[in-house]
Amino acid sequence: MNAVWSSLGSYLLAFAVWPGLLLAAPLGWLELWFMRKLVARLQGRQGPPFFQPFFDFMKLLGKETVIPRGVNRGIFLALPVVSVAAVTAALAIVPLPGNPAPSLPGDVVLLLYLMEVPILCEVLAGYVSRSIYGQVAAMREALLSLAYNLPFLVAIIAMAQEAGSFQMSTLQAAPYGLVHLLAAVTFLLALPARMKLNPFSIANAEHEIVADSHIEYSGPPLALFKLSHAVELVLLTELFAVVFIPATPWPLVNLLVYLAAGVAVLGGVTLLATATARLRLTQAFRFYWVWGGLASAVTLAATLVR
Amino acid sequence: MNLIERVIAISRRRSPWICRLNAGSCNGCDIEITPLLSPRYDAEQLGVELHGTPKHADIVLISGTLTLRSREAILDIYAQVPNPKAVVALGSCPASGNVFAGSPLVLSESLDSVVPVDVWVPGCPPRPQAILDGIARAAKLLEDGATKSQLESRRGRLS
Ligand code: SF4
Repeated sequence: MNAVWSSLGSYLLAFAVWPGLLLAAPLGWLELWFMRKLVARLQGRQGPPFFQPFFDFMKLLGKETVIPRGVNRGIFLALPVVSVAAVTAALAIVPLPGNPAPSLPGDVVLLLYLMEVPILCEVLAGYVSRSIYGQVAAMREALLSLAYNLPFLVAIIAMAQEAGSFQMSTLQAAPYGLVHLLAAVTFLLALPARMKLNPFSIANAEHEIVADSHIEYSGPPLALFKLSHAVELVLLTELFAVVFIPATPWPLVNLLVYLAAGVAVLGGVTLLATATARLRLTQAFRFYWVWGGLASAVTLAATLVR
Repeated sequence: MNLIERVIAISRRRSPWICRLNAGSCNGCDIEITPLLSPRYDAEQLGVELHGTPKHADIVLISGTLTLRSREAILDIYAQVPNPKAVVALGSCPASGNVFAGSPLVLSESLDSVVPVDVWVPGCPPRPQAILDGIARAAKLLEDGATKSQLESRRGRLS
């Protein structure tokens, strides 16, 4: 009985503190600020102050929530909460150094499932809003997720095949090889669309469809969606670091390397986002099914060769 | 005022999100908003973000002569902005109708008779730095809880 309680406690600790909400939120704001600042500097601007994402979040918390007429109140308010809870739970599974949660066999499957939940929430948020723009954004998001999930899922599944297990800690400890490189490239292909950045910012194309699928959200629910996006950034970058960057035996060094790798990845996708213009949905779809598909096929083939 | 309320008040000043409302403008004022986001004026330093939907906005920038048809739209969009909110009137048009005053389709009233205006930015069109100054002043009012809509709701709660 005691063992059950202590493992439950460590899950709660992982969810609420590290790598969960309490530390992931500031880390996510830091990453958001870094991206906005980098974009600004590349455009020859000064860019936002360091605490800008925090101010945005706190301001939204202090605002009124307007619920459009005819919208189901329960679903409307539940979606942002579910979204934040799912990304945070996903992050709690990632074996970052110092993560108190015990590793489970098959947690990769759970992780991949939880990572789909925020996308589902966005799609539903667009549809329940009854705004025509929100619905277009939701449709775009749903279609795009069919495209970028091909390379994204294949990259992780190829690593599981290589490591011979669906457990995050085994993936992390897998001996470094060719598959790592190929899978990392495949993962990076999917990343800009996953983060909704140019040239794949199709679902949040503010010049075409006013805003993303959160168009009807305001106040604290919108703040939660923004928070969910910030935590998702941490999740994606740290997942990349944990799976594809070789680990050292020293946890503290690992942590620093992982954080540095995360920032480097973000810098890369931000550079790409500043240098490109938005594609159309069909172009993005074709890109992912042709080039993403090719990369996926090569990666899977490499796992089988050995 | 406890700590969280204080942080939220500061955040209101540091993160003013704006949305534009063209109430019959000649487009001169609207064109002057665009440079705010360009490298020269870079309003993002003040935390300003331009949003397309009133649901995400804190400050509504209203430009142009009020026409008979835009009155309803102004009321509708103003009502969609979640509290607390501020209104900035751009240029001479919303104040007086400017050169269009007296035309048959123009509402010859000041914007103040439609929605409560917090900051008037003079000019035809105003310079970008004047618009930026107007936004900054409105953001400060939001921090102090001194916009007309905030004062109104406080008065409503007291009585
Ligand atoms: S104030 Fe001048 S520039 Fe602005 S909308 Fe009126 S006429 Fe045009």
